[in-house]
Amino acid sequence: MKNKLIIIFFYLFFLELSAAEINNLESKIFKNLRCIVCQGQSIAESNSDFAQTIKIVVRDKINQGDNEKEIYEFLAEKYGEWIIYKPKFNYINSLLWFSPYIVLVFGGLLIFKYLKRRKQ
Amino acid sequence: MKISFLKIISISLVAFAIIVFFLALNVDKRYSTEKIVGKSVDNFEILFLNNDEMFKKQDLTNDKYHLINIWASWCLPCKKEHPILMNLKKENNLKIVGINFKDKKLNANNFLRELGNPYDFSLSDKDGTKSILFGVYGVPESILIDNNHKIISKFIGPLNFKDYEDILQLLNEK
Amino acid sequence: MLSNLGNFLLFGSIFITLSIIYFAYQNIKEKNIQIEKNLVYLSFFQITFIITSFLLLIFAFVFSDFSLIAVYQNSHTAKPIFYKIAGVWGNHEGSLLLWVNIMVIFSFLFFLFNYKFNKSYSLYTLLVQNILILGFLVFLISNSNPFFKILPIPLEGLGLNPILQDPALAIHPPLLYLGFVGSSIYFSAAMAAILSNIYGKNFASSIKVWVLISWSFQSLGIIVGSIWAYYELGWGGFWFWDPVENASLIPWFCMTALAHSVLVLEKRNYLYNWVLILSIITFISSVTGTFLVRSGILNSVHTFANDPARGMYILIFLSLMIFFSFVIFFKRKIYDNFYLEPVSKETFILSNNWFMMFYLATVLIGTIYPIFTQVLYDTKISVGPPFYNSVIAPIIIPFLIMMAIGPKIRWIKQKYNDFKSVILILILSCAMNFLIFSFFKSYDLLSNLIIISSLFLIIHSIKDFIINSKTKSYYNLPSFLSHTGFGILMLFIILNHNFSKEYDLNIKVGETKKIDNIEIKFQDLKIKKRENYNAIVGNFNIIDIKKNYQRNLNPEIRIYDNPQTLTFESAIKTNLKQDLYLTMSNIDGSDFYNVKFQIKPFMLWIWFAAFLTASGGLLRTFLKK
Repeated sequence: MKNKLIIIFFYLFFLELSAAEINNLESKIFKNLRCIVCQGQSIAESNSDFAQTIKIVVRDKINQGDNEKEIYEFLAEKYGEWIIYKPKFNYINSLLWFSPYIVLVFGGLLIFKYLKRRKQ
Repeated sequence: MKISFLKIISISLVAFAIIVFFLALNVDKRYSTEKIVGKSVDNFEILFLNNDEMFKKQDLTNDKYHLINIWASWCLPCKKEHPILMNLKKENNLKIVGINFKDKKLNANNFLRELGNPYDFSLSDKDGTKSILFGVYGVPESILIDNNHKIISKFIGPLNFKDYEDILQLLNEK
Repeated sequence: MLSNLGNFLLFGSIFITLSIIYFAYQNIKEKNIQIEKNLVYLSFFQITFIITSFLLLIFAFVFSDFSLIAVYQNSHTAKPIFYKIAGVWGNHEGSLLLWVNIMVIFSFLFFLFNYKFNKSYSLYTLLVQNILILGFLVFLISNSNPFFKILPIPLEGLGLNPILQDPALAIHPPLLYLGFVGSSIYFSAAMAAILSNIYGKNFASSIKVWVLISWSFQSLGIIVGSIWAYYELGWGGFWFWDPVENASLIPWFCMTALAHSVLVLEKRNYLYNWVLILSIITFISSVTGTFLVRSGILNSVHTFANDPARGMYILIFLSLMIFFSFVIFFKRKIYDNFYLEPVSKETFILSNNWFMMFYLATVLIGTIYPIFTQVLYDTKISVGPPFYNSVIAPIIIPFLIMMAIGPKIRWIKQKYNDFKSVILILILSCAMNFLIFSFFKSYDLLSNLIIISSLFLIIHSIKDFIINSKTKSYYNLPSFLSHTGFGILMLFIILNHNFSKEYDLNIKVGETKKIDNIEIKFQDLKIKKRENYNAIVGNFNIIDIKKNYQRNLNPEIRIYDNPQTLTFESAIKTNLKQDLYLTMSNIDGSDFYNVKFQIKPFMLWIWFAAFLTASGGLLRTFLKK
């Protein structure tokens, strides 16, 4: 009975949470773009002329109905992948995305190995 | 057995990383322009500097090369490259398209009156958004387009004499 | 004159270091148990020489002796004395001298503390550490000599970059260096432990305090650096996943892992190999980070004057260091042979190491991957905050949960029967999260989970601490502070991330703009003359209509004379609840100013929690059992 109550509690709880979503596409895109004429700033952070222009372009594109991916592709075509802070998943970048998890799984297995030895 | 396997992997990974670091020391780290070179020009519509009409991609004729030059009256290096543009104007198979970047109309016209007008088409990009289509970082920049509307070269910063010779060579290859 | 004296001291140091290496080697070969007295004298001379040379450089900066290039390029007579001193380590040459100083000081102190402990272990440590010192001294003299002369002597210096003229940044490098340069001592000790075959427990107890010291200072250095970024850069953030920040974070992950697993080695004599590996890679990662930063192969906010020869030297040094440490480590053919109970402190500590290695891998790969794509594929990519956040954030959740439960678990074996209280605390955290969530503003699932787990960590540690303090001494206070601090830190970072507001607008003097419930009034603009710069000071009045408060904010655009630079100074109003953060910048060719107004909740709490986390390490260092 008590266990059931707990399960119901968590179930309701997560149902509530999954309904919430943040929705600020514009600033999400700005934060994911590098201000290529600045020193390590994103478009969102930069005051530079270049950043101001990119902001206008991105807003225009959003209003035209372009989605996030299309905007990144457009800018990457003009300025190279360099302008996007979150590298897209492709052949070249696959190791970047995979290897942290390879380390995670490998580390887990290693610890597991030392735990199991006792049972043998 | 397993340990030596780990040994080999870790040693080769580290060795690989170090070799890459050595190579990286001698790699040119400046912004590269090659991303945009070789691509076809996007469709565009840009306002003329002195009237309310639009210059479109279709207006780039098929029999000539085009040099798109991004400039502004407030930009000092633009003054420096101006004589080279004036020389390029003499080339028969090249049309020069000037895009006036984030500038005031009056200042732009004064600039052209004083130093001469090298442009076959003078366009205006008041908020800088049109220049993004050509992958512009700042002013001045120049983009050379062949008769099939393909970008064949890009020059960041003021054109110098070497760029001038390169452009002539590209024109004569035609 | 000063230059000659400085060079004399540096060459003297090289000579002494060489003698220490020679005598230590001779002494190891001898059969007697005593360490020869002359090594103590030599170490004493070494530290005297090197500290004197550093004081001499400070002296040159304070009295603006422009006959030295380093002073000429980084100082100015009109600078406040505080920044004259900070200028010493605000440049490559001076910071390298500070680096060598810290290596020597750590070497000296370690030698003193372990003098009577074990002859061959102490001597090997001294030997290896002095080889490292020699490497950096040669680098210092051959390529980055701070005592290099300039002729004719200039009358005035070029000045220090204004964004470096900040109290936080002045103390940031020494703190950070105490951290990651300090890690050299347990690199040397690890080498010595292998060479002298010392017993694991002894090795652990001899390096433990040094690991804690370096961890604490590394943490402090990182915190102070991010405080600087927050106040001085004017971007409104405090962590940018910039390559240089990453370079300081990577050794920190190693140190954190080491500070935990060294306990297992000390208590149970397990994980000897692993502790050795961690000790070695901590310093290797520090030098790698230095290489990445100083060689200029990364694009970053921080720029040291780049010189390919520098990068080459550090890289060769690094390669040699890695090569020899691998050779020595792999020669040791003793394998760990142990097993762990699933529910034991050992296992939980290992899981801490597990997560640390994951974070380390993520940050390391993210930092160097662009170099690889550039060299191998000729493609330039950026790896920025969205990458790190999306890879790391989900794995924070199990980490926080383990961190809550771990400290209470006993060594060797325990029957875990605390499920009741865990469920209870979990429900409590969920309920608290639910209150925040529904009363203020909704946020995404991941933020929910992180907030719940950090609340879980905070409540769980407090509960454990209260129960413990009734029965036992306060021995667990340091780990309580660090763990709770970290929980609070994560909690407020996520809250800050979700509740921050940002307004970006162009505005003229005298105008008022209204967005949401905020009214921003640009009242006036004044020009003020200050000690070493002129400032354009804006006067903004912010009115929150809904909450009914108003604040004045005065951001500045500063025009520094030497060197001529423009900086944008943010105006920040801090209170317990939130920071109001405003920056303005002029727009070329118009009367408008670009104004960025941000509301950043709980900044004070983030700093507080970060210091709390670091304080645990300091307390443990100085607290005797």
